[in-house]
Amino acid sequence: MSAADQESGGLGIDPMHQFEVHAIIPINLGGIDASFTNASMWMVFAAVGIIGLTVFAMGGRAMVPGRWQSIAEMSYEFVANMVRDNVGKAGQSYFPFIFTLFMFVLFSNMLGMLPYSFTTTSHIIVTFALALFIFLGVTIIGVVKHGFHFLSLFVPKGLPAVLLPLIVVIELISYFSRPISLSVRLFANMMAGHTMLKVFAGFVIGFLGAGGLFTGLAIAPIAFMVAFTGLEILVAFLQAYVFAILTCIYLNDALHLH
Amino acid sequence: MPQLDFATFAPQLIWLTLVFGVLYLVMARVALPRIATVIEERRDRIADDLDTAAQLKSDTDDAIASYETALAEARTHAHTIAQETRDRLTAETDAHRADLEGQLAARIADAEKRITATKDQALTSVRDVAVDVADAITQQLLGDSDRAAAERAVDSELA
Repeated sequence: MSAADQESGGLGIDPMHQFEVHAIIPINLGGIDASFTNASMWMVFAAVGIIGLTVFAMGGRAMVPGRWQSIAEMSYEFVANMVRDNVGKAGQSYFPFIFTLFMFVLFSNMLGMLPYSFTTTSHIIVTFALALFIFLGVTIIGVVKHGFHFLSLFVPKGLPAVLLPLIVVIELISYFSRPISLSVRLFANMMAGHTMLKVFAGFVIGFLGAGGLFTGLAIAPIAFMVAFTGLEILVAFLQAYVFAILTCIYLNDALHLH
Repeated sequence: MPQLDFATFAPQLIWLTLVFGVLYLVMARVALPRIATVIEERRDRIADDLDTAAQLKSDTDDAIASYETALAEARTHAHTIAQETRDRLTAETDAHRADLEGQLAARIADAEKRITATKDQALTSVRDVAVDVADAITQQLLGDSDRAAAERAVDSELA
């Protein structure tokens, strides 16, 4: 805490504190810690929110949709179009997964914008687990579908033989860095944004605490935070979109090999 | 950095797997088929409604066309009837007039015949009267009369 205190200017506010995971209900499964933590709770909230939107808001199954049903249908159409445009007809059977993935990341990001909430996607282990699952899944799909021919993914067409070893190595590196880039992009975006907001919130409290002339100056970080919160909401959506669309692109590569 | 606290990895992975797995099953089994059905039904319904509208429109067009045909037929029919009636009435009038004219002509001829007869009879009477008068005058003046001479004189005067 003391090191963090110094980082934030010794104002008694640790911008990383919001990312701390602590058990709410300690559970131990044969020596493995499976505690229900604040992170688990917000994952459950995200899932409940998604189910609430897609199952209960659709409960009426109205011919003319209401507000919530419209949102559910728009989400459906949005992801369905994404899958259709990026993967084509073959991607139809993976649509439920892409939809779940997009909604889960979106809801996690958006719930993270609530005060006192916990952003599950700001943890590298969560985003990396998702990215690794996608990477392995997509690779298995590619190998099962194309067999040995799947390796042609690493050899661009019309490549001169001289360049072959170099390009193949580059392609392999780029392929195997996919889970890392995918997970770090989401995690870093969420963590950086939330940390930034907390740091500026620290400035506000610092200025107010300093009193006198500094009290008036507190308006500057507040104004910045208001604008930055807007940007963060955009980022929350955009990162979910990027995560889902990259998954579509990887899936398309595996199904159609460039 | 709390993100690198390895002690939190196990519970996070376990709960992520659990929550994501359940969420996937609910989406794949319940939510998405339901939304797909609703969207599909709406699309079908709209297509049906458009079909019905097109059907009704073509029905209306048919009705208008048959109405216009009927109207045109009725108009032709009415015209025919009017023409026939006019012809029939003209024919009747003509026949009636011809009949009347025939009757009038017969009566005129009859009357003319009677006039001629009366005139002839009158002329005959005039001759007799003239003969009688001439005879009587001759009787009075001459004390003698010649009826045959008087008849000759009258005839020569009337001729």
